Amino acid sequence: MPDKHLSSQFDVDLNGLCSKLLEMGGLVELQISNAMRAFTDMSVDICNQVIQSEKLVNDFEIQIDLACTEFIARRQPTARDLRLVMAISKAITNLERAGDEAERVAKRTKRLIESDVKTEINVAEIKLSGQMAISLLRRSLDAFARLDTMAAVEVVQEDRQIDEEFRAFVRKLVSYMMEDPKTITAGLDMLSIAKAIERIGDHAKNIAEFVIYIAKGSDVRHVPHEDLIREASKKG
Amino acid sequence: MNAIEIRNLNFFYGSYQGLKNINLDIEERKVTAFIGPSGCGKSTLLRSLNRMYDLYPGQKAEGEINFYGENILNSNRDLNLLRSRIGMVFQKPTPFPMSIYENIAFGVALYEKLSRSEMDDRVEWALNKAALWGEVKDKLRQSGLSLSGGQQQRLCIARGVAVKPSVLLLDEPTSALDPISTAKIEELINELKTDYTIVIVTHNMQQAARVSDFTAYMYMGNLIEFGKTDEIFIKPKRKETEDYITGRFG
Repeated sequence: MPDKHLSSQFDVDLNGLCSKLLEMGGLVELQISNAMRAFTDMSVDICNQVIQSEKLVNDFEIQIDLACTEFIARRQPTARDLRLVMAISKAITNLERAGDEAERVAKRTKRLIESDVKTEINVAEIKLSGQMAISLLRRSLDAFARLDTMAAVEVVQEDRQIDEEFRAFVRKLVSYMMEDPKTITAGLDMLSIAKAIERIGDHAKNIAEFVIYIAKGSDVRHVPHEDLIREASKKG
Repeated sequence: MNAIEIRNLNFFYGSYQGLKNINLDIEERKVTAFIGPSGCGKSTLLRSLNRMYDLYPGQKAEGEINFYGENILNSNRDLNLLRSRIGMVFQKPTPFPMSIYENIAFGVALYEKLSRSEMDDRVEWALNKAALWGEVKDKLRQSGLSLSGGQQQRLCIARGVAVKPSVLLLDEPTSALDPISTAKIEELINELKTDYTIVIVTHNMQQAARVSDFTAYMYMGNLIEFGKTDEIFIKPKRKETEDYITGRFG
C-alpha cells in the first residue's frame, strides 16, 4: 500500500505543518543556546537579543496553531494523520514554553550582571545541564522528524539526568546561601535559571513522548518506564 | 448482546465470489457501519442480512447469518416476515406513489390488522420516530412524492420503523441528500438506536465516524478489520485500514 495521499495537496499541507514545527524547534534551540552563552559569558547584549527574539517564538506558535486548525477543518484527518496534527499542536505549546524558559534564563542572567554582586557560587551543574537540555531538545526534534521511537525513549530516559543535576545544584546552592546570606539574592536568580533549564528538559521529554503517540498510537505520558519501552518497540 | 452473528459467510454472483468467509457480530441497539471502496462487498453484506439478494436469480449466500440465534439463510424462512423484522432503507428515497399516510399504513396493513384509530396512532408514531411528524402532520393526504428529498428519505425510514422491526439496514441513506438533510438523518440514526439495531453502509467515512459505534472495513470481499469506531479512526490495527481511512488507498 502506498504512503502517498490520494490528494497531493493533503501531503503538501501536512508536510508543511511538520516543517514549520521543526523550524520553530530550530529557533527555540537557538534561543536556549544563546541564553546559555549569555549566562556563561555574562553578556547583557546576548541577553537582550534572546529577550527580543522571544516574540518570534510566540508568533510561530500562533501561526502553526492556526494552520493545524485549518488543516483539521479542511481535511478531517484520521488515524496517524490525526495523531500527528494533535501532536504538532501540543508540541508547539511545549516549544513555546521552552522558549519562555530561555527568556527567563536571559532575564535572570541580565539581573545578575546588573546587580554586580560577586559570588563564589560554582555553577558547573547549570552549564552542564544547559548543554544537556539543548542536546535533548535537538534529539527530540530529530526523533519527531524521523518518527524514531527508540530515539524518543532515549530522550525520555536522559531527562532524568537533567533532573538529577538540578537537584544536586539546589542542594549545593542551599549550602552556599546558609553559609553566606549575601549570596541569597544572586542564589535565587541562579535557582530560577537552573529551574528553567530543568523545565526545558521536561518539554523535550514531552515532545519525545508525542513521537511514540504518533508512531504507535499509545499515550505514554505518566506510564512506568517498562511500559514506555514496550509501547515504543511495538510493531506497526 | 448480539442481534446478528455472521459465520463463514460466502456470497456468489453466479461464479463470482462477492464475499469471502465473513465472520462478524452485530451488537443489539448499536450502530454498525460498513466502509470500504466501491465493489468491496459492503452493500452485498448488507443485502445478505435480510436476503434482499433472493429477488435476483443466480445470487446465493452460504454460511450462517444468525438473527437472534436463528439462521436466516435456511431456505424455509418466510422472507416477507424476515424483512419486516429487518427493514431496509435505500440510497435513493423510494416513497410509494401514494399519500404520506398510505406510505406508512401500506406496509403495516400487510402484517397487522389495526383499527382506523390504531392505524392513525401508528402512522403518527412512525412519523414522530422519523422526526417528520411536525413537518407533515397537516398534509398527510398529499403525495409522498411532493416532499423534498430529505423528507422523502425520512418518510422511507418512517415506513421502515412503522412495522416495528428489530434491525434497520441503511444503504447509503444520505448520499443523495444535502448537508442539512444529512444532518437530520444522522441525528435520527442516533435517536433510533435506543430502540433499533442499525447497520449502515456509507461511502462517507466522516459519516461512519460520526454516527456509528462499530465500524467494519471491507476490501475485495474480505472483512479486513472490525472494531469500535473510535479505535478504527484513531488507532486502526491493520495498515490496510489506516491507508484507506487516511486516504492513502490506491
